[in-house]
Amino acid sequence: MPSRLVPGLAALSFIALLIGGAFFGLGAEALKDPSGAVAAFDGYLFRIARFTLWQAVLSTVLSVLPAIAVARALSRHPSFFGRGLILKLFAVPLALPAIVAALGILALFGRAGYFAGIASTVTGSPWTGIYGLSGILVAHVFFNLPLATRLFLEALQTVPADQWRLASQLGMGARSTFRLVEWPVLRAAIPGIAGLVFMLCITSFTIVLVLGGGPRATTIEVAIYQALRFDFDPARAVALTATQIVLTVAMIALLSRLGANTTGDANLSVARKGYVSVPPGERVANILVIASALCFVAAPLAATVLAGLQADLVRLFGEATVWRATRTSIILAISSAMLAAVLALALVVARHTLELARPRATRGSWLEQMTDSGVGFVLVVPPIVIGAGWFILLRSTVDVFTVAPVMVATVNAVMAMPFALRAIRPAYDAASERHERLCAQLGIAGWNRLRLVDWPVLRRPLATAFAFAMALSLGDLGVIALFGSDAVQTLPYLLLSRMGSYRTEDAAGLALMLGLLCLILIMAADWLGREASHER
Amino acid sequence: MNADAASGVVLDKVAFSYGEAEMLFDVAVPQGRITAIMGPSGSGKSTLLNLVAGFERPSSGRILIGGADVTGAPPARRPVSMVFQENNMFAHLSVADNVGLGRSPALRLDASDRAAVAEALRRTGLAGKDKRLPRELSGGERQRVALARVLVRDRPVLLLDEPFASLGPALRDEMLDLVADLQQERGMTVLFVTHQPEDARRVGQAMVFIEDGAVSASGAMDDFFSNNAPEAFQRYIGGQANIDRSR
Repeated sequence: MPSRLVPGLAALSFIALLIGGAFFGLGAEALKDPSGAVAAFDGYLFRIARFTLWQAVLSTVLSVLPAIAVARALSRHPSFFGRGLILKLFAVPLALPAIVAALGILALFGRAGYFAGIASTVTGSPWTGIYGLSGILVAHVFFNLPLATRLFLEALQTVPADQWRLASQLGMGARSTFRLVEWPVLRAAIPGIAGLVFMLCITSFTIVLVLGGGPRATTIEVAIYQALRFDFDPARAVALTATQIVLTVAMIALLSRLGANTTGDANLSVARKGYVSVPPGERVANILVIASALCFVAAPLAATVLAGLQADLVRLFGEATVWRATRTSIILAISSAMLAAVLALALVVARHTLELARPRATRGSWLEQMTDSGVGFVLVVPPIVIGAGWFILLRSTVDVFTVAPVMVATVNAVMAMPFALRAIRPAYDAASERHERLCAQLGIAGWNRLRLVDWPVLRRPLATAFAFAMALSLGDLGVIALFGSDAVQTLPYLLLSRMGSYRTEDAAGLALMLGLLCLILIMAADWLGREASHER
Repeated sequence: MNADAASGVVLDKVAFSYGEAEMLFDVAVPQGRITAIMGPSGSGKSTLLNLVAGFERPSSGRILIGGADVTGAPPARRPVSMVFQENNMFAHLSVADNVGLGRSPALRLDASDRAAVAEALRRTGLAGKDKRLPRELSGGERQRVALARVLVRDRPVLLLDEPFASLGPALRDEMLDLVADLQQERGMTVLFVTHQPEDARRVGQAMVFIEDGAVSASGAMDDFFSNNAPEAFQRYIGGQANIDRSR
């Protein structure tokens, strides 16, 4: 067996152990009390399952359809003042921890939010704030509309420059350009993008926890958390987890059947298209579309900043608890990011080694697919589920709250790993494409290869992956919600507990700080990534 | 099979399948000569070189170099250097480092190694450019670096996979002459894939003509450019000539 496969196999085993252990814990619990687990499949569970699906469908439609319009408008105007800034702003929600965004939306539309006064006047009754389905939808669209817009815009940019030139030369109007040039590309991109948004919404935890409010608007993930943390009802947790897994697997199967094959990396020319003439009427419409999307994304961000600045930041940062939580968060995020980068690198190397070992025209083996799209499936297994499985497994042997740091770091690492993989893989594959035969010929292998060939090329993508994974881990409120305690608190956990005790100002201040930390990391990741692609 | 051919490169009923295409090579390339490998696109010229270099493994048959069976040997263990059409250099390493890797894959070079690198750079016309990075070199210079590395590796067989295809005519001739000189000095067995009959004729002493994944003719270069040239080769060349005339 080639030695370059060993780290990859170790990484796969590690991931399998983490997920398998969780399932084992759940399965053992279910077997201990089968009737309890079966009894948990009651009307309540089905109501939750239905709501989970329903909010995901609505969120997807409300994110994807406007995103097509916004992306198209942005693509029709390839250069105007502030366009770059808008695109940068559209990257911010993705970088923002869900709990920060939820707080921003509450600061805006909550009972005491900036909009409460206007809303009360308009509706004629006291504004109760957007909780429940509407709050969840607003938050999901806030996250996913900009994401989908950027992805659609990327798709539009894969249209070769010559086709745009041809379209303008043939005098195509907006409608025919859309039908003949833009729509074919967009249509091909819809299943992948909609599928991604749908999956993000169906596994949404923090948003629903904070904005859901009450049993009428609860998703399965939040119900798992409540079953374990408040009711301590493992049988129900097992039933809920099983439902969640069946639901997500079914959805993935459905989506991939619809052709959600988004793995093809676009290597086409993304040169700025040349001359495009946009008629004045369309220009106005485009400006309106872009401006409203901009307001929708910018307002919660602005509210986060304003509310955060109103908090007594000096006192807040003087608190020992806040410092301890910050330190814990950063240590856990760094461990998690390192683990994520190492796992991803091991898998990328193994995948490429397997690909090289087979004839080019044939399909990859089962193992190769595992190292590639296979590991993407960890995203389907919600962190809460892994956390719940280990929680149940460990609770009889150890004090679950003492293993919190290990659980949080590992689960977050595995969840960030697919993203790290995406950052590293193109660079590694491209470098290998150029260097593989040369290395084989000159006998450059093992440590020499890592030192002389791979490290110089991978330094920046690895840093990108690291920063991104760190941001993800820093803002995460999945596993820590289960395992957190007064002894082990991260920033998001502290934020949630301050919200729970109605110390809204503290929460807003913490949100601002957490948001900024994550934003800086993501900007670093983006910058490092861009520099890396320049070098190529 | 004469003794001369046996000490060169021999593909003994080498079978290889590439997706749908089945290839079968059975040919002996003479030692110490430059042999041009020609044939239509997709006929298997590059595959033949990749098999000799060890980048592809045959499904059956044997590959002999200098009489030794190398069929199962990894690329670095074969007495072979190969120059590719592009990507002959590591983009982040200097010219001297790129050449030095031919001596030590760990890039640990002693004084004699460094002297060999300097001599190879001088010989290939790159003196004074040892600190440059690949992006600071022209296309021709990059291929010179590859040839300099061939010199420091000092292997008896050299495989050239259209290394000069992207260069202009004058530069191409210059590079071909450099290859011919180096081959003369070292007595290397050179396999040279090209699309240009005039290139083949300029430096080659023998020819292997490939069609549909098999060697359809082989022999001395002069025979291929005479009246009794193999019919398949005449068709290949003639087709080009006719097109040229009709323009």
